[in-house]
Parts: sequence; C-alpha cells; structure tokens
Amino acid sequence: MNTQSLHEQIDERTNSTMIEFKQVDVVFGSKVDKSLQLLDQGMSRDEIRKQTGQVVGVKQANLKIKKGEICVLMGLSGSGKSSLLRCVNGLNQVSRGSVSIRHGGEMVEFSKATADVQRELRTRRISMVFQKFALMPWLTVKENVAFGLQLQNLPVAERDRRVEEKLELVGLAEWKDLKPGELSGGMQQRVGLARALATDSDILLMDEPFSALDPLIRQQLQEELLDLQAELGKTIIFVSHDLDEALKLGSRIAIMKDGEIIQHGRPEEIVLHPADEYVRNFVAHTNPLNVLQSSSLMTPVSELKEHEGLLCIDEDKDLWLTPVRNGVLPHIVQKRKQGPSEAIPANIWIPAKTTMREAMETRYASGYPLILTEDDEVVGIIRDQDFYHALLGKHIA
Amino acid sequence: MDAFIEHKLPLGQYVEQIIDWITYQGADVFDAFAYVLEMIILKLSEIILWFPPISLILALTLYLLIKKRIGLAVFSCLALALILNLGYWQETVETLVLVMFSTCVCILIGIPVGIAAAHRPWLYTVLRPLLDLMQTIPTFVYLIPTLTLFGLGVVPGLISTVIFAIAAPIRLTYLGISEVPKDLIEAGKSFGCSHRQLLFKIELPSAMPSIMAGVTQCIMLSLSMVVIAALVGADGLGKPVVQALNTVDVAKGFEAGLAIVLLAIMMDRVLKSSQLQKGA
Repeated sequence: MNTQSLHEQIDERTNSTMIEFKQVDVVFGSKVDKSLQLLDQGMSRDEIRKQTGQVVGVKQANLKIKKGEICVLMGLSGSGKSSLLRCVNGLNQVSRGSVSIRHGGEMVEFSKATADVQRELRTRRISMVFQKFALMPWLTVKENVAFGLQLQNLPVAERDRRVEEKLELVGLAEWKDLKPGELSGGMQQRVGLARALATDSDILLMDEPFSALDPLIRQQLQEELLDLQAELGKTIIFVSHDLDEALKLGSRIAIMKDGEIIQHGRPEEIVLHPADEYVRNFVAHTNPLNVLQSSSLMTPVSELKEHEGLLCIDEDKDLWLTPVRNGVLPHIVQKRKQGPSEAIPANIWIPAKTTMREAMETRYASGYPLILTEDDEVVGIIRDQDFYHALLGKHIA
Repeated sequence: MDAFIEHKLPLGQYVEQIIDWITYQGADVFDAFAYVLEMIILKLSEIILWFPPISLILALTLYLLIKKRIGLAVFSCLALALILNLGYWQETVETLVLVMFSTCVCILIGIPVGIAAAHRPWLYTVLRPLLDLMQTIPTFVYLIPTLTLFGLGVVPGLISTVIFAIAAPIRLTYLGISEVPKDLIEAGKSFGCSHRQLLFKIELPSAMPSIMAGVTQCIMLSLSMVVIAALVGADGLGKPVVQALNTVDVAKGFEAGLAIVLLAIMMDRVLKSSQLQKGA
C-alpha cells in the first residue's frame, strides 16, 4: 500500500482535533508543587530528581492529534513517551496543563471529568494495546476479546457477534478457544489488538505494541495495522522507540527527548529537516526508501546544464530534454545519434510524489534516468548520483 | 540488684485481670456463642456419621476414579478402610468436620483481610508482626484465656486452631493480590473497570493459584492442631492420642497417630489434584 497517499486522503477527509495536549507536565509523586516550581526555574530532570526525589516524566508537551491520524510518539526509553500516552486515559495523572479528548461533540478533560464520564471514556471512547500484551491468562482468546464488551454491559448475542467479527478481522477465528499462553507472541498481540478494537472506540492508544515481537512478525503486524487503519480510520497514538517503525506507520511523528517534544511533523519533514543533532542522529540510521518522495532527491530542472537550447540529462548516454515551455510537455532527444533514436521506455516519466523505493525500482528496470512531472510539467530529474546522495544521507540539511 | 528483682512488674496480673473482667462481663455472650458453635459442629458430624462408612469410602473412591486419579483412589480407599478397621471412623469424621469448619472461618476472615492488606500498605505493616506473633506464640499460652472464656469443649480448640492457621490464607492472599502483574491492572483500568470489577475480574482470578495454596496450607495447619484441640476437650483423632499419652499406651498412640497422618496425606493430595486440574 502506498502509505503516503493514504495519509493525504485522511487529511483531506477530516480536519477535526480528537486529542489535544496543552502544556502538559507529568511529575511522578504525591506532592509535586516543588518539582513544578523547579521545572519552571529551568532545572533539568536530573537536578530535580536530586532535590525532590521525584521523576519528571513529561514537560511542557503541546500536541494536537486529528481524527484518523496515526501519531507516533518516538523516543528512547525514559524519554516520556509512554508517560504522555497514559495521560490520555488517566493511567497517569497530569500534574499541570490539560489533555482533552473529543467526546461526543465537545472536548473533555479526563482528569476533570466526573467518575461516570471517565468510565464512559474508558469503556467506549478510548482503548489500549500494551507492550507485553496484558492478556488475562485464565481466559480464552474469545473471553479476552470480550473483556471490554462485558464492561459495556452488551447483550450476550451482540457481544458474541462483535467478538467473532474482530477475531475474523485479525485472523484468529480458529484459535478462539485456546488460552493466550498457547499462542505465539505475534498471535497474542493480535488478540490484544482485537480486544482493543472490539469496543469500537475511536481512539486507540498503542504502547510499543510490537516491540516485544520478532522483526519479521513486527513488520507483518505493522502492515496489518495499516490495512486495518485504512478500513477503520481510528485515531491512533502509537508509542515506539524505532524510527523506521515511526516513519512507516506515522501520519505524524512527535520525537521526544528527556520528557520534551523536540520535533513534531510529517515523516518526510523529520527526515529532511531534523530539528537538532539528536533527531539527525536518529535519521542518519534510518532507511529513506519508504519515506522520501522522489521530489526530495531530484535535481531540479533549473539546475540542469543547458547546451544548444537543450537540457542535459546524461551526456555520455546522449540524452537531452527539450526546453520546458508552458503547455508543451518536453521530450527526450539524442542529438549526436544519426537515424532513429533508441526506444526510451515511457515509464521513466513519473509523478514527483512517487516514493523513493518505487522510483528506484523504475530506474532499475528501465536503466534510464527518471523524469519527474507535476501538473503536466517537468520539475526535475533523478540520476544515479541523486539516489546515492539520498541513500548516504547527504540530503539531510 | 536485689531490689530490682524484688519489685516484679505485675504484667501477668494485668492480663489476668483483663481476661477476668471480660469473662465476667461477657459470660452470657460467650456461653451462647460456644453453645451455638458446638451445636453446629456436633450436628455436622452427626449428619456425616449417619451415612454408612462403606458408602462414603466408595463414593470418594468413585469420584477420584472418574477424575482419573487412579493411584490416589486406591490409596484413599485402602487408607479409609484401615481407619475404619482400626475403629477410628467416628474420630476421623469429627476431626474432618473441625478442620473444615476452622478452615471456613479462616477463609471467610483471612481472604478479605489479605485483600485489604494488599491494597493498603500500612495495614500490612501493622499486620505482619501480628501474624508472626500468632504463628510463633506457644499455643498453650492463648489456650488458657480461651478456656476461661468458653469453657472446656470444641470451641477453645477451634479458636486456637483458627489463630494458628489463619496466617496462611492472609499471607498468601496478600502475596497473590500484590503480585498481580501491573499490566493486567492497567488493562483492566483502561477498559473501564471500577474498583470492584478490578477486584473480581482481574485481581482475584490472577491471585487464585496463590489463594488456593493458602487454603491448602490452612487445612494442613488446622489438622496439625487436632491434638492440642483435644487437650481442651474437642472431639476427634486428638482424643485417643491424648488418652494414649496419659496412659502410656504405645499401641493406641501409634494407631491414632497413623490415622491422622493418613488423613493428612489424603486431604493434601485430593486438594492439590483439584487445583492442578483448575490450573491446566
């Protein structure tokens, strides 16, 4: 699936904010006033821990998550990503600031809601998937999936119907009578996912759900999650310590370090314009193939050499582009060659939004440089050196 | 130094006065309490003794055979037949009833206390030395006041048994509940469990193996108290042991002791096998 275009569709379809973090501080402990004061004075986490013995989980986090978005909170362990996630359904207390969730027509703050509304939010609005699965070992797969539905007091028939439906969705229908302990890790997490989906809540909190799995299974589940998301359109906050995972899944990524969000943006923005050295280090070790658009690595038309009214694509191969003029799509000519030109495959004309992986495949299959078009105009070309440039991470500012 | 020793602190007298006062004030209540308990235990024994022994032995053997516990079935059948043959059937039943009754009391008090302690750290800090005390203080020490309160009979024996055995279910319930994985608690909360639902849907099922181990231990500890219960007048297998002790009767002592051991092994195995099946 082409994730990039999927994310754009989502953006066009929806525009409403589902979850909003406003200047959220999380300090673990019972009396946190002193720590908050020290935080305001600009003290670091370590200094505060030495003075008050309390751990600052998150400081001054601002984030808006739109409907249908997968927002990945990315950072190393201890960066506060899980702490921030857990504020949404009240597993962590927000020490200061607010986290509001769209509930019905209005934005509700979990910590300030009445007990009934909190329960309503947890049973119907938000559900969660855990890193270590957190399945009840004494219940069967089916009973585990039904767990959230039991708390909704659904009639038994309706409950069974929904359980069957979700088990079908994650491909576990034939395992429903086994205990979780009898399943592999990947299957257990599918049960966890089915349990979270069963309540039909719009918000899904996923706390490093695939970290405990083998790489192959992890990739498979990532694909499945994207497929499910295309079908269901949930609002997902996904916590991960793996930038490749974040780039693959996220429609937006918030990178966290020492409790702060240091960069928030689209995957491509993060890769092309890392906010600081920390992010740049992360980005340097990722695979750009799935993230970058062809336009990010092309040589723009304006930078092409001109010779006798023609733009040079490849001098050795004698490939030239006729000048770019409004209304007329240029074409490729070979000016040194006598007689008919060689047959140049048509598929080297690609849209500027093609992912780098697809572009490379086209280059590999055709053996020719690629011509990028946008709105019926040539915007640039990609030659081998452009690919090498991007693969070596030299496009990073 | 002599002066120091001469002026002995009247600790023992104080306690005696308190107990005397309680005995005097609450005599009617304690008597009524003792009477009711004694009637319940007596009637239960009578009901079981109404059945012909053979029918009960066969019923148990059959039950174990259906559960596919063939070795245990053969052992139980032979052990009970031996007890019947030696003439200790009635005492065995009386002991069984006493043990079951005290275990029920221990469970009814111990499990809620264990749960409360697991939820409130301060309670456990208070409780722990108390539990240690209850298990280490020599039984005879609290047997004396219970005797004065309730008089001779099954009740002081029952109370001593409960004091001695209740620590096991409290401790193991506490352990089970406090060791429920944090993940599971969070999962429960995140799906909207109330405190009550959290207890019944997550904590108790998760702690069940530990709680059941506590119950088994409780039964075994109760059984180990039969001789002491007999000293203050409770019926059961302890009685022939005490009689044998008083008359230096080796033969009787051996027979009654063997019956206690056989009963203990049997109960332990039957309980453990039923737990194993639940766990699988």
